[in-house]
Amino acid sequence: MSRKFQWGNIYLGIVFVLLYLPILFLIVYSFNAGDVMQGWAGFSLKHYNELFSDTRILEIVVSTFLIALLSSLLASIIGTAGALYIYNLKHTVIKNVFLSLNNILLVSPDVIIGASFLILFTVMGFALGFTSVLLSHIAFSIPIVVLMVLPRLQEMNQSLVAAAKDLGANNWQMLSRVILPVISPGILAGFFMAFTYSLDDFAVTFFVTGNGFTTLSVEIYSRARQGVSLEINALSTMMFAVSLLLVLFYYVISTRAVKNKKRSTRLVLPASEGL
Amino acid sequence: MPKSKQQRQLFYLMPYGLWLILFVVAPLVLLLFQSLTTQDGHFTLHNYALYFSSGTYLLMTFNSVWYAFLITIITLLISYPTAYLLNQLKQKQFWLLLVILPTWINLLLKTYAFIGLLSKTGTVNNFMSLFGIVPQQLLFSNWSFLLVASYIEIPFMILPIFNSLAEINPRLEQASRDLGANRWQTLRRVIMPLSMPGIKAGIQAVFIPSLSLFMITRLIGGNRVITLGTAIEEHFLVTQNWHLGSTIGVILIVAMVITMIFTRDRKNSRKRG
Repeated sequence: MSRKFQWGNIYLGIVFVLLYLPILFLIVYSFNAGDVMQGWAGFSLKHYNELFSDTRILEIVVSTFLIALLSSLLASIIGTAGALYIYNLKHTVIKNVFLSLNNILLVSPDVIIGASFLILFTVMGFALGFTSVLLSHIAFSIPIVVLMVLPRLQEMNQSLVAAAKDLGANNWQMLSRVILPVISPGILAGFFMAFTYSLDDFAVTFFVTGNGFTTLSVEIYSRARQGVSLEINALSTMMFAVSLLLVLFYYVISTRAVKNKKRSTRLVLPASEGL
Repeated sequence: MPKSKQQRQLFYLMPYGLWLILFVVAPLVLLLFQSLTTQDGHFTLHNYALYFSSGTYLLMTFNSVWYAFLITIITLLISYPTAYLLNQLKQKQFWLLLVILPTWINLLLKTYAFIGLLSKTGTVNNFMSLFGIVPQQLLFSNWSFLLVASYIEIPFMILPIFNSLAEINPRLEQASRDLGANRWQTLRRVIMPLSMPGIKAGIQAVFIPSLSLFMITRLIGGNRVITLGTAIEEHFLVTQNWHLGSTIGVILIVAMVITMIFTRDRKNSRKRG
């Protein structure tokens, strides 16, 4: 029995090594003094120096993050509105129709999204570039925000809204003082997911980017087609660090949200009893 | 009061509804429209006729489905034991996080790492030459495509299977053992059927993206494997034949819907029946 478990651990070990080997490989070679991903020629930071003096890459990094930030912000706003709309629908059939429409972009393959958005922008006579990429990123991030916010709305204590109404709050006060604070962890999770979706996206951007504008994924693709350059390894290492920080940040927030939730329910319960 | 509620709903619907119409409904309608028209906008079924009468396109479709099937089987065979064993660990949430972490890393970078690992002078060949194996071109082959695609999809298979395994009441396993089933029988008769929803969700999460991969086919497969995704990209961005590209797109959507029907969670219908 215990011997079997050991075999299991060895299997798991192999799977984890295989999962992380390519990533470690990239990171290690970013510090190589040589210029290729083979034969260790000593430790050096020269590829990082190259990276930081490469203004083209730096510009692309800035625009990639700008797209991610703007698209996730706008997607959070529109997605939250959508979640509120779907939540307020009383008719189950209509609700399900909206939910299925919402999920279409989540299950569609990237290539389909990219190609159909390309047709859309062309038909509308929209020039391809920063705006078309931004609009596409907003578009494919909205459904994930809706899915993150909806469960929070469903968990929300209905008597809170009723109480606000009784106390004479108007629509806006009800939204900003009662509903939004309760669902804010969901909005934050949605924002975070949208941000990482945007940073990660390659296929959709590739279709709608046109000639003048590039994001990191598309740039790495075109550089990788030309061959290996350790500058990309240095870039990968930095991006890996950023991803790690983002995941950590998300974990801190989500665990804090859970703690807050516990505290708030404890506070809410006596209050609703008083009503 | 109802009036203010209507106003509120309208206020929410405006941005969201605009998005639904512009970016969900319109693109799909346009894609279908493109596939059914000629260059000068006349209705035609020519694109579909061309697609279904051309041996090249049919073979490409068959290949794409076959490779997606292989990728799904490979990831399932590796992921099921992994999810099962992970579920028995003490700090399973931490280990699960380690499985998910690679999915946060940009897909392009992971693919790029394999270019370095598999190239003719790369690490794998160097390692093999220690055993006297002559360096070979590992990149740009069907095998390298399968390897890299499976590597990228594995976490998406592990996650749903792990979740469905974690939901199984451990007492069911104990009961099965008490009633005289051995480890293998318990796994086959109790654990596997109960984790079917996870397996189906995993298949769905891996099979559909595998049909539409196009970046890996270019960077790793060296255009040897043409998937439906590669064909669409080629028609849209290289040969600029959007009408035929849209036709392939519609076929990919149909393939996707069929996959979803097959892997649908039948729990609800069973309850009804």
